[in-house]
Amino acid sequence: MRRYFGRKLLIYGLTFFVAVTINWMIPRFMPGDPVASMVARANVTKPEAVEAMRAYYTSLFGLDQPLLAQYANFWGALLRGDFGTSIWLFPTPVSQVIGGAVPYTLALIVPSVLLSWVVGNRFGAYAARRKLLDNTVLPVGYVLTAMPYMWLAVLLAWSLGVIAGIFPVAGGYSFSMRPNLSWAFLLDLLHHWTLPFLSLFLVALGGWAIGMRNMIIYELESDYSTYLSALGAPARLVRRYAFRNAVLPQITGLALQLGVLVAGALVTEIVFAYPGLGSLILKAIQNKDFFLLQGTFLFIVLGVLIANFIIDIVYVVVDPRTRAGMAGAQA
Amino acid sequence: MTTIQETVPREREGVRREALHFAVRNGKLMAGLVIVLALLLLGLLGPLLVDATPNEYGPRPMSPPTGEHWLGTTTFGQDIFAQFVYGLRSTFAVGVIGGGIAAVIGMAVGFAAGYLGGFVDEVLNMLTNVILVIPTLAVLLIVNAYLGIRSVAVQGLFIGLTQWPWAARAIRAQTFSLRTREFVDLARMSGSGTWRIIAREIAPNMSSYLFMTFILLFGGSVLIASSLDFIGLGPTEGVSLGLMLQNANQWSALQLGMWWWFVPPGAAITAIVGALYVANVGLDEVFNPKLRET
Amino acid sequence: MSLHVSELEVHYRTLRGDVRALDGMSFELGDGEILGLVGESGCGKSTLGKALIRMDGRMRHVGGRVVLDGRELPIADDRAMNDFRFKEVSLIPQYAMSALNPTRKIRKMVGELLRSRGAALDVAELERRMDQVGLPREVLDRYPIELSGGMKQRMVMVISTLLDPSLLIADEVTSALDVSTQKAVARALLGFRDSGYVKSMIFVTHDIALTHHIADTIMVMYAGRLAEKAPADVLVKAPRHPYTRLLIDALPEVGVRYAERRLEGIAGSPPSLLDPPPGCRFRDRCPLAGDECAEQPPVAEVAPGHYVACWKA
Repeated sequence: MRRYFGRKLLIYGLTFFVAVTINWMIPRFMPGDPVASMVARANVTKPEAVEAMRAYYTSLFGLDQPLLAQYANFWGALLRGDFGTSIWLFPTPVSQVIGGAVPYTLALIVPSVLLSWVVGNRFGAYAARRKLLDNTVLPVGYVLTAMPYMWLAVLLAWSLGVIAGIFPVAGGYSFSMRPNLSWAFLLDLLHHWTLPFLSLFLVALGGWAIGMRNMIIYELESDYSTYLSALGAPARLVRRYAFRNAVLPQITGLALQLGVLVAGALVTEIVFAYPGLGSLILKAIQNKDFFLLQGTFLFIVLGVLIANFIIDIVYVVVDPRTRAGMAGAQA
Repeated sequence: MTTIQETVPREREGVRREALHFAVRNGKLMAGLVIVLALLLLGLLGPLLVDATPNEYGPRPMSPPTGEHWLGTTTFGQDIFAQFVYGLRSTFAVGVIGGGIAAVIGMAVGFAAGYLGGFVDEVLNMLTNVILVIPTLAVLLIVNAYLGIRSVAVQGLFIGLTQWPWAARAIRAQTFSLRTREFVDLARMSGSGTWRIIAREIAPNMSSYLFMTFILLFGGSVLIASSLDFIGLGPTEGVSLGLMLQNANQWSALQLGMWWWFVPPGAAITAIVGALYVANVGLDEVFNPKLRET
Repeated sequence: MSLHVSELEVHYRTLRGDVRALDGMSFELGDGEILGLVGESGCGKSTLGKALIRMDGRMRHVGGRVVLDGRELPIADDRAMNDFRFKEVSLIPQYAMSALNPTRKIRKMVGELLRSRGAALDVAELERRMDQVGLPREVLDRYPIELSGGMKQRMVMVISTLLDPSLLIADEVTSALDVSTQKAVARALLGFRDSGYVKSMIFVTHDIALTHHIADTIMVMYAGRLAEKAPADVLVKAPRHPYTRLLIDALPEVGVRYAERRLEGIAGSPPSLLDPPPGCRFRDRCPLAGDECAEQPPVAEVAPGHYVACWKA
């Protein structure tokens, strides 16, 4: 057990290290004088923001310091939770800007990912080897999974929002409201949350259903299923075993899909102007707010790593073989 | 042990003929191919048919589809059909470049790790796992934002550089199972070099698998590129389906009810990627007899 | 008679047409009898084994009947056949190493399987049978991945015979094992018969020497048909069918086992069963073939319990 998690943690540690290093290195690849060109590219009007930017970049690229020291400083600032100051929302610290957006993104991504996974697996498992259902679930699944996230978002916003007028198409809550803990506000939040959630949920659903359907068919072809059938076990039992075993690769699949799901959430938020990290990224890009962009990047990487680790733990709990194998390795 | 001779080895030629036999009868494969080829043809020939340049402002803004503008115009009077056919080209280009580069890196890493094993495998596997965990889009955001992507080719290059890990992992596993097979041993004993064995013995035996991997990488590249374009980090010089969606979103096509602006590009991406996936399932059925007709 | 198979015809559907995997097989199997079923791969022996318990999706029952203990087996009806499986006919599959659900502990899996067949798990009986094949009882609380190959094999043997079926089909159970384990498995199978866990057994294999050790009767199949069937000793010492003779001649002296000596292939290969030629199917490879072989030879009883399908026998 320790070895397994040790290895995983090593990978995640390395990943974080690589991500931070990329974050530190990329600005150095910019052609010409990076400080001047970045300050020039930033269309900032506030003079104090320009000054802050110049000061930050000068310290970042500080020619007076050796490279290694700059790198160490970068890490030092990072570990203190200092991601720099946002240009767009000067003088708010980047960490605070991100902190304000994260709850929205989490509220969108966690339920949609988990629900689409559960429902998709059910659908897929049920459709496998059942002609009529298979012939409907499969094509729908492929269309959904092939859709760019933002396109389904646009279609939903257009049909259910603009045309039908059932749901609002922009923002996390109504302009007329101030965030507070009243029922009216919570309902308003939920109202704004529904469409982006639905959009994320649907696109992800297709992939899970198809994956599960294929896994179940594979498991139903497997030797243990054949053996059970030869001994006259009812299809119900065989399917139950197949589902249990097919879920395991789907858990691994969830870890592998995290990056895609996060990307989906970002563009979906942009469509709905939902005040999460996606909209933040858009603003950062539009305002050339590189501190904010870099901070968001690190934050996303960190979130994905944590989610991966949680999935690893779940996997060990669910798959007896990892535990059995580990017990054997320890003995 | 006294045994009666088992199994007659099947020759490669026969397998190929059988695969072709199934391929032309596989509805999924054929339907997928027809859709992809039709859109490819439209992307190749379309620009020759339209005389409007895709981003040129025209005199009739916000026009719904008419005989003159088949897919209508944007807020600035740009012809959407012209943008669409040029955008198709970019989409296929980014798929081929991104998918191709990712496939090449994935194969190199996967073959080396799977065939050589040991320390090389250990290192490459660690590298693969690390890059696999980093969310691709997030890295591309940073890279594109700082470096500024001008052309579709550069965009494809960076997508290819970040997209290979899962392919490498899959190819590594396949190589692993092939390297202990008799014909590989035979080649090794007859003194063939490592890369020769990989190129002559291992790769041909998983060629169908490699091709399917490329198809998935192609589809993935198209989707990532469209997301990047949509966020506003697409190629600054050019037209793409993702950029069309971005413009439509940025200039409130939604609120103005200009569906002709945002429906075609998304539908085309969905059709290309979906058709590729379906064709892939068809291919899988062709090469994997277990999956044929339940 | 425990098992009575008459004129059984089973086809395999392929793209190029139906393959006649079993083309009119008839034989009988008595109570307490172990029948060794031998032949080259593709001769139909595995098809016969499958046909008696569960046909796969590509197999089609074309004709003939199978009667077990006086009741006809509905082999073409997958659902109706369920009543007989496990209870009347059981199987030790070729793939015993992977026949157990990897994510269930053995005890739980066996319990769920039995309950699904309307039987209760008698732990004492199960443990007694495990003792008999030398399986430690802790195995029940392990996952399959924690067992060795031999242990999995024996566990599957115990599970398959738990409901005391009348007929047991052991399909190539020894082909994946080393020589000493093969002997142990063969001994265990004999023990099952002697303890009355199974009444009769069909032991499908391509290893004639091993079959000779455990079977009472040996049946040789060729190209979907019966070639020769006789008491084990008779078949090995005095075969009548030219095909059997070639097989036996290729054996080293019976009793003397040259390790790892493989059978010299008999020149030529069996005819395609897609569209088999008329007459004796061994004709093209047979050293004795004559004009009469253009007609299909009937199965004749040349001595009590000795059946041969050959004009020259």
